[in-house]
Amino acid sequence: MTELNNSELIRLSAAQLAAKLAAREVTSVEVTQAYLDRIALVDGGADGIHAFLHVNAEEALAVAAEVDAIRAAGGAEEEALHELAGVPIAVKDLIVTIGQPTTAGSKILEGWHSPYDATVIKKLRAAKMPILGKTNLDEFAMGSSTEHSAYGPTRNPWDLDRIPGGSGGGSAAAVAAFEAPLALGTDTGGSIRQPGAVTGTVGMKPTYGAVSRYGAIAMASSLDQIGPVSRTVLDSALLQEVIGGHDPFDSTSLTDPFDTLVAAAKTGNVTGMKIGIVKELHGEGYQAGVENRFNESLELLKEAGAEIVEVSCPNFKYALGAYYLIMPSEVSSNLAKFDGVRYGLRVLPEDGPMTIERVMAATRAAGFGDEVKRRIILGTYALSAGYYDAYYGSAQKVRTLIQRDFDAAFAQADVLISPTAPTTAFKLGEKLDDPLAMYLNDVATIPANMAGIPGLSLPGGLADEDGLPVGIQLLAPAREDARLYRVGAVLESLLEEKWGGPLLAKAPELKNAGLGTAFNTAGGSN
Amino acid sequence: MAAINRDDVAHLARLAHIEMSAEELDRMAGELAVIVDSVKSVSEAAGDDVPATSHPIPLNNVFREDVVGHTFTAEQALSGAPDSFEGRFKVPAILDED
Amino acid sequence: MSTDAILSFEEAMEKYDPVLGFEVHVELNTKTKMFSSAPNVFGDEPNTNVNEVDLGMPGVLPVVNKTAVESSIKIGLALNCKIAESCRFARKNYFYPDTPKNFQTSQYDEPIAYDGYLDIELSDGTVFRVEIERAHMEEDAGKLTHMGGATGRIQGADYSLVDYNRSGVPLVEIVTKPIEGAGSRAPELAKAYVAAVREIVKNLGVSDAKMERGNVRCDANVSLRPHGRERFGIRSETKNVNSLRAVEHAVRYEIQRHAAVLDSGEPVIQETRHWHEDTRTTTSGRAKSDADDYRYFPEPDLVPVLASREWVEELRATLPEPPAARRKRLQADWGYSDLEFRDVVNAGVMDSIEETITAGASASVARKWWMGEIVGRAKTADVDPSELGVTPETIVELNKLVEGGKINNKMASQVLDGVLAGEGTPAEIVGKRGLAVVSDDGPLLEAIDAALAAQPDVAEKIRGGKLQAIGAIVGGVMKATRGQADAGRVKQLILERLGVEG
Repeated sequence: MTELNNSELIRLSAAQLAAKLAAREVTSVEVTQAYLDRIALVDGGADGIHAFLHVNAEEALAVAAEVDAIRAAGGAEEEALHELAGVPIAVKDLIVTIGQPTTAGSKILEGWHSPYDATVIKKLRAAKMPILGKTNLDEFAMGSSTEHSAYGPTRNPWDLDRIPGGSGGGSAAAVAAFEAPLALGTDTGGSIRQPGAVTGTVGMKPTYGAVSRYGAIAMASSLDQIGPVSRTVLDSALLQEVIGGHDPFDSTSLTDPFDTLVAAAKTGNVTGMKIGIVKELHGEGYQAGVENRFNESLELLKEAGAEIVEVSCPNFKYALGAYYLIMPSEVSSNLAKFDGVRYGLRVLPEDGPMTIERVMAATRAAGFGDEVKRRIILGTYALSAGYYDAYYGSAQKVRTLIQRDFDAAFAQADVLISPTAPTTAFKLGEKLDDPLAMYLNDVATIPANMAGIPGLSLPGGLADEDGLPVGIQLLAPAREDARLYRVGAVLESLLEEKWGGPLLAKAPELKNAGLGTAFNTAGGSN
Repeated sequence: MAAINRDDVAHLARLAHIEMSAEELDRMAGELAVIVDSVKSVSEAAGDDVPATSHPIPLNNVFREDVVGHTFTAEQALSGAPDSFEGRFKVPAILDED
Repeated sequence: MSTDAILSFEEAMEKYDPVLGFEVHVELNTKTKMFSSAPNVFGDEPNTNVNEVDLGMPGVLPVVNKTAVESSIKIGLALNCKIAESCRFARKNYFYPDTPKNFQTSQYDEPIAYDGYLDIELSDGTVFRVEIERAHMEEDAGKLTHMGGATGRIQGADYSLVDYNRSGVPLVEIVTKPIEGAGSRAPELAKAYVAAVREIVKNLGVSDAKMERGNVRCDANVSLRPHGRERFGIRSETKNVNSLRAVEHAVRYEIQRHAAVLDSGEPVIQETRHWHEDTRTTTSGRAKSDADDYRYFPEPDLVPVLASREWVEELRATLPEPPAARRKRLQADWGYSDLEFRDVVNAGVMDSIEETITAGASASVARKWWMGEIVGRAKTADVDPSELGVTPETIVELNKLVEGGKINNKMASQVLDGVLAGEGTPAEIVGKRGLAVVSDDGPLLEAIDAALAAQPDVAEKIRGGKLQAIGAIVGGVMKATRGQADAGRVKQLILERLGVEG
């Protein structure tokens, strides 16, 4: 049996951890405790990553111990264990959980405990995956930097002065900083993929409806999708197979099985596949280092036997504008329920009559941050009488045009490829006062949400000018999630071959995070 | 398309039940004007012959059978309530009756 | 609360022509709610028939109740509507503490049923066609109780309590087109229309249809215009008029109030009005304002409902006989005259009579009991005849006692009183109250002889074959026996005494 120290243990992929757990080389309690120790070491304090809003140590260790007991007993119960049983996971704090607070990164839900579990949480519990805790996000998932969290920003493990992307910066940073092997994110306009890109991790937005949204606090219902965050493409495929599948509690849930994702990630070749470069999703407005890494990936795929073609999606130029009409419209309605009546914050007006209307208005004024208010007001405007047709109605038509562009593109290519984000991670505070500049981060990720198709971001290397991670985005037609895992895994292995190991191995060592920390597990030994 | 001004924002904030100070209204009006300006091309993008898409993946007739499922106890229902009384949510006086 | 000026109804009618419109909300009696699997049950402990969906918890999603959709289609068909091949749900956005998401999931520009009509028969037999604009699916809100203050009303309350048990109960809202030409029959038509809708949904079995429980609720729109003018006047909407009588009274009152406003030269304000049963008046609610911008948009969490023609026809095949057709059939079956039948319908005892006949009574016996005995008692008790507590079985039993000669009609009426007083079954009451007719023929024959002797000319007529004259002798006997005798037996004995074949 190979003795692993904590530092090595936490750097294993989920698939590797699963194999070691199954082989009894390590216990789930040891793994879970190693991650909890890592969180304790790097997450808190002034220089901490601040990926977690809540750490769920006790319950996580209890689940780990249960898995270990089942493994120790053997027999049918062990046979029935899921492949990822005992592998810990972090959960974006937009997804409701019994037994832990759920804040959505907002003051308005501070201290709120959900009396029900999201469907994906039920699935994680059924698979007996210890939940390490809840990760930070832009308030109600609105943002591209995690700076809009009411609980302070998360830092990018590659450079603590930079943003980890958003809205799911907490999940991406946790995985990048080896605080968790896996995490759940949500992606409305790029909130899984863009943080993945800027932290050097893998993020997958499945086909709309492939993973149940039940229990993910809605931002924009027709765009939201839960998906995996991981360090390898295979790990995301493994996790999507756990959380995916039809859910009768979500009317938009697909009945397709999505059960060939792991197999696709293990296919190992792209020979003869047509990969389309989207003319509108690179070039002007994209950082030079991003373009370089993108071109490098194209060369690797070509060498591996794929055919590279160029496609054009002329209506993508309207995508960002249409997104910023549809999304805030749905936001304005979805967030109306936070009013201080049934749960969460209640703030009384400072003076004047104490009516419920004024209490609601005072509560929402105090409970929501500026970005949330901005989007609620924008959405209220876009839906209001006299403006609906010009704004919301037109934006829904643009959606049709974007879908048609994708249909045409996929007639020429099996998958599409682009940089995930136009730039590498920017500095904390850099774009905080310029909403429009912030919105531009999502220009390459938004079309997939508008059309409901799957999108995968994987690390494409480091930009020459700043040494920060660049993300490569792959897109496939709706329901063809497996294709992304297949191409993604091949590109990942080609790149890792070039780098001589995973990209995250190049990340700077975090302060406080000493190497070779001895096992400090609560129980069990191997 | 009309530009968005301070009075518009005040009206929208009332509709959205968000109290806003004078300073906030001014700031929001400025920010929203920029955003609204940037999205105005959307209204000219598609012709009348283009249908609207409200669901990215078209489905229809997704139903639930009429079978009783789980319920909360009153304690569970009220567990997060800012204020409650005798099993019910308590709210301040209501100004308007609808 | 100020009192509005009103004109007399007659004067209002002389000067103005009323236009009506109704929005009737029907609560469906499905087992579960419109969008959640929580039970749809009335009257339980507050906030116990709820789950996370009904409370609008963060993260929840709706799923449509298939039975509610089918019930809605049935209502649409019964209202002679077209059923949309495809329709959607929409969100109606407004803040109110009884609305847990601060939007109501409803239907906006794509209702499931549209373009229908209902023929309404007024008390004199006039048939008036009411055009139905649409019937759409939506969800009910929770229930607010206003606490503190003097009246328990919303005005002046210190705080309110919210129970979300009703939140999410399936509703079908039925909206009429403007109803013109009713003239002075408008209040009566209003009542008859709501009664007809209530009857239809009850007959379909899709609603419990109890107005006192809010299963059927009516918002009544009234406007007036001078005779001869085409353009409608400004309307008021009187909310939640929740009994048939109140619908009639509210429409009548609003006509009188509008007429007074118009007469004064002031414009009518477009507003909601609240009905007060105690004073039979309305008071001003909320004026229509820019806060009524509901920002409807298609509900992104739900997908379209496609009603295939096969599905619609399957549902149509399950529809029960329409109430109007049923009335025609029953009248023919029972052999009642038009007048008799209309009286039965207006008295609200048609169903009871049908049940009584099913239980074994003849049509004439059933009518005799319900119209002759029960309706009057119900009126005195101020309840619906069907709610007085008389079962069809009681009537059948009473009638058997009469026909078997055990009691006479006068006694039967007393026995009915006993049943209503809870003294037991008719047979028990006959025993307890000592109401059995005299059965020993001895004293009876004595009384008959005396009666015949007292009216020899009548006795002669009977002997001569004029049998209808026998009533005078029977009357004498009944008088002598203080009504204790069985009239049938008395008649038989008289004929025997006089040697005449009966």
